[in-house]
Amino acid sequence: MSLFNMTAVELGKKIKAGEISVAQACQAALEQIKATEKELNCYVKVLDENQIMERAAKVQAQIDAGELTGPLAGVPVAIKDNMCTEGITTTCSSKILYNFNPTFSSEAVLNLERAGAVILGKTNMDEFAMGSTTETSYFGETKNPWNTEHVPGGSSGGSAAAVAAGECFYALGSDTGGSIRQPASFCGIVGMKPTYGTVSRYGLIAYGSSLDQIGPMTKDVTDCAAVLETIASYDSKDSTSFRREDYDFTSALVDDVKGLKIGIPKDYFGDGLDPEVRDAVLKAVKVLEEKGAIVEEFNLTMVPYAIPAYYVIASAEASSNLSRFDGVKYGYRSEDFNGLHNMYKKTRSEGFGAEVKRRIMLGSFVLSSGYYDAYYLKALRTKALIKQEFDQAFQKYDIIIGPAAPTTAPKLGASLSDPLKMYLGDIYTISVNLAGLPGISVPCGRDKQGLPIGIQMLADCFHEKTLIRAAYSYEQARGAFDVCPAQKGVD
Amino acid sequence: MAKNYETVIGLEVHVELATKTKIFCSCSTEFGGAPNTHTCPVCTGMPGSLPVLNKQVVEYAMAVGLATNCTITQNCKFDRKNYFYPDNPQNYQISQLYLPICRNGHVDIEVDGKEKAVRIHEIHMEEDAGKLIHDPVTDCSLVDFNRSGVPLIEIVSEPDMRSAEEVIAYLEKLRLIIQYLGASDCKLQEGSMRADVNLSVREYGSKEFGTRTEMKNLNSFKAIARAIEGETERQIDLLEEGKKVIQETRRWDDEEEYSYPMRSKEDAQDYRYFPDPDLVPVVISDEWLEDVRSRQPELRDDKMLRYEEEFGLPEYDIEILTGTKHLADLFEATNEIVKKPKEVSNWLMGETMRLVKEQDMDIDEISFSPKHLAALIQMIDKGEINRKVGKQVFEEVFKNDIEPAAYVEEHGLKSMNDEGALRATIEEIVAANPKSVEDYHAGKKKAIGFLVGQTMRATKGKADPGMVNQILKEILG
Repeated sequence: MSLFNMTAVELGKKIKAGEISVAQACQAALEQIKATEKELNCYVKVLDENQIMERAAKVQAQIDAGELTGPLAGVPVAIKDNMCTEGITTTCSSKILYNFNPTFSSEAVLNLERAGAVILGKTNMDEFAMGSTTETSYFGETKNPWNTEHVPGGSSGGSAAAVAAGECFYALGSDTGGSIRQPASFCGIVGMKPTYGTVSRYGLIAYGSSLDQIGPMTKDVTDCAAVLETIASYDSKDSTSFRREDYDFTSALVDDVKGLKIGIPKDYFGDGLDPEVRDAVLKAVKVLEEKGAIVEEFNLTMVPYAIPAYYVIASAEASSNLSRFDGVKYGYRSEDFNGLHNMYKKTRSEGFGAEVKRRIMLGSFVLSSGYYDAYYLKALRTKALIKQEFDQAFQKYDIIIGPAAPTTAPKLGASLSDPLKMYLGDIYTISVNLAGLPGISVPCGRDKQGLPIGIQMLADCFHEKTLIRAAYSYEQARGAFDVCPAQKGVD
Repeated sequence: MAKNYETVIGLEVHVELATKTKIFCSCSTEFGGAPNTHTCPVCTGMPGSLPVLNKQVVEYAMAVGLATNCTITQNCKFDRKNYFYPDNPQNYQISQLYLPICRNGHVDIEVDGKEKAVRIHEIHMEEDAGKLIHDPVTDCSLVDFNRSGVPLIEIVSEPDMRSAEEVIAYLEKLRLIIQYLGASDCKLQEGSMRADVNLSVREYGSKEFGTRTEMKNLNSFKAIARAIEGETERQIDLLEEGKKVIQETRRWDDEEEYSYPMRSKEDAQDYRYFPDPDLVPVVISDEWLEDVRSRQPELRDDKMLRYEEEFGLPEYDIEILTGTKHLADLFEATNEIVKKPKEVSNWLMGETMRLVKEQDMDIDEISFSPKHLAALIQMIDKGEINRKVGKQVFEEVFKNDIEPAAYVEEHGLKSMNDEGALRATIEEIVAANPKSVEDYHAGKKKAIGFLVGQTMRATKGKADPGMVNQILKEILG
């Protein structure tokens, strides 16, 4: 087994045991980056090797001194480029922030650094996390490491591809409507969106503030639990942060689903779902059933309303969140303009890509006077109804299982031409954000083309441990997932 | 014949709250720092920063709401008001539209002996913007974000006022209430209280409102009064000429005594208000509300009643003493020590106000310690200094807040209370002025005044005039 296809926790153990040095771990990741990054484009920025090695040495010293004992100490990580990192450009994959250098780091990144993480670089994403393919990035698209003719999913496509390709040992993503779970599914890795309020949003450049949540993107469920345990914290700087009673997520890594009540929403298996995906997911459910879980079908009738509600709420918030990018204080400013308003107009016209502009316009429209009640308030009411429906479901079931996406990764260029179709691809992930629930995507098979399929498990708010237990149990039964060809390439 | 018109006025009053830190971050609110020194990622709107509400802002807003008879919204929210301007770092202002913290209040005013209630539509909390400074040298505009995020409340009245006098009475009343609460210093000149005037005119008896304009840039009560007069005239002239008043925002130019349009309707803004998703609803529990209510200080109306009952002060004194919180505080603190309300009142209304006028000061700028005035009053009381010396010492108390006893000692101003010594001096003066003695005995009682004067001069004013008079009369027989 080569170094870079170890999981983060395995690597952490070897570093702690002194079998591998932090520098060696970083070197391994950097070598893999050298081998595959040119083709895959997972990163917007890979840090300078000296900078990484300097940090590695510091962390090594702290590990040697017994100051860092956590499972992730010394393990190299990649960070999605919408999380502020002090002194490291943070672009949201947008021209408008191409040169933005934050003066502070996001709380989730600080939590990782306190645990001894070494940052390798900032990963590519759909511009401002708006998209499902990582094709809307100003810095070029990221390719799926399983098949470079396909997209890695999005918006955290860079993080997902980097983990799958071994260009890092784990990564952070952010999920507003499926941006962690869908690319995880497309790239054959584990991705989790925690309950809203579990990971601080301080330092996460907002897309849809009421929906955004940072989460782990990892090689397996064990890593996922370890990373979540590290990044989750109550943060007084984030008013929507929640002080939880439990942060010991790794304690839920238990192989036991006996008596676990699983609900299968029929509405998640209807029209538009690729039969190969459906079969793989149902096969995985069978595995859990055989292990003693109780499986039952039920109706989740609000599903079709989730997409319009989501695009109204997320776009409305985005139109306001992104208004600060105006060329006045930082970032891109148009070179040639005439007066203040022309400067705003040209800067934003030139600085934002088409998908971002589309959502800003959509959001501005639904908030306009005369339309607010018909669109925004209606969407909020729909959101409340969706939450209500999930609340009822979770009175009966411990977890709900469905696919993470209706298909496997589409071909590059196939999605952007039809945005409405692209939006519909978010159908299984979006309601989770609207209801604030935790959700996890775990690889459960591959289609005929060899592209990974993900099973999505949902739990009630604050029940990540139930999710972790179910996902871990499934993973144990499934056995090791196929190794991505990009990783094999270097051996 | 010209028609008879009535002016209809409503006010939007912005008040900067006296919190130490800003509304959504822990930066200082102190006025006058070097540009952009009281700033952080939150109040400069940096990407990734998030607002956290300062509880004190809520408490001040509640206090003002309670004092103006409002209903407190126990589940209120913040909304974003979206507009682009460089002094607004996020290009949205966090304010309250849908669920403001206070609603449906009123303030009672009195003009020309007539009482009237001015209704308050709502009070909401919001953040102030930064300041734009144009640099003529580089022809660039610079932004100072020190003021960005300073907490404000906006008090919106109903269109209940009909004259400049009513507007001024309403503003005075609001100012006193807020000053008494300690929620703001309410200085119009420094901008910690700013009033926008919404004004329309209509024919007397009409039930419909006319088209209103909103006037900004009003920096003093006088400017407000002039602006109301000027704008009323402008609108009546328009109507008389058969023209229409346009609904717009106008800027009052106090030099020219005329208002000019700022924004016309064409670029009327749609602020696209929506609830700020970065902030959670502000839930005000019954306990919290009761706690703030129980901590409400005594407001002016109650204080006036108490001064009459407890101290028996004349109405005139009470009016002046309670006219500012600062003077009332000075009075109470001084009286607490000397327990002579009328005497304390006299010093504050007489000498203190004389000096305030002489120095062209604001009452709030009075800075002497109550204990020093108290000490002075006690020294006079004990006869340690006479009243005339007292006034001289008070000037020093007023200007430099000196410790009276030490000052009197240092400058040898103690009264001459040694009767023997004083008698000897007076005997010398009587002997040296036989003419006056003669006049006195001839019935010119005024002659004694000259002798008293001579004695005071000889004692450098330190003698107690009463004692001098008494001894003189004894000697002259």
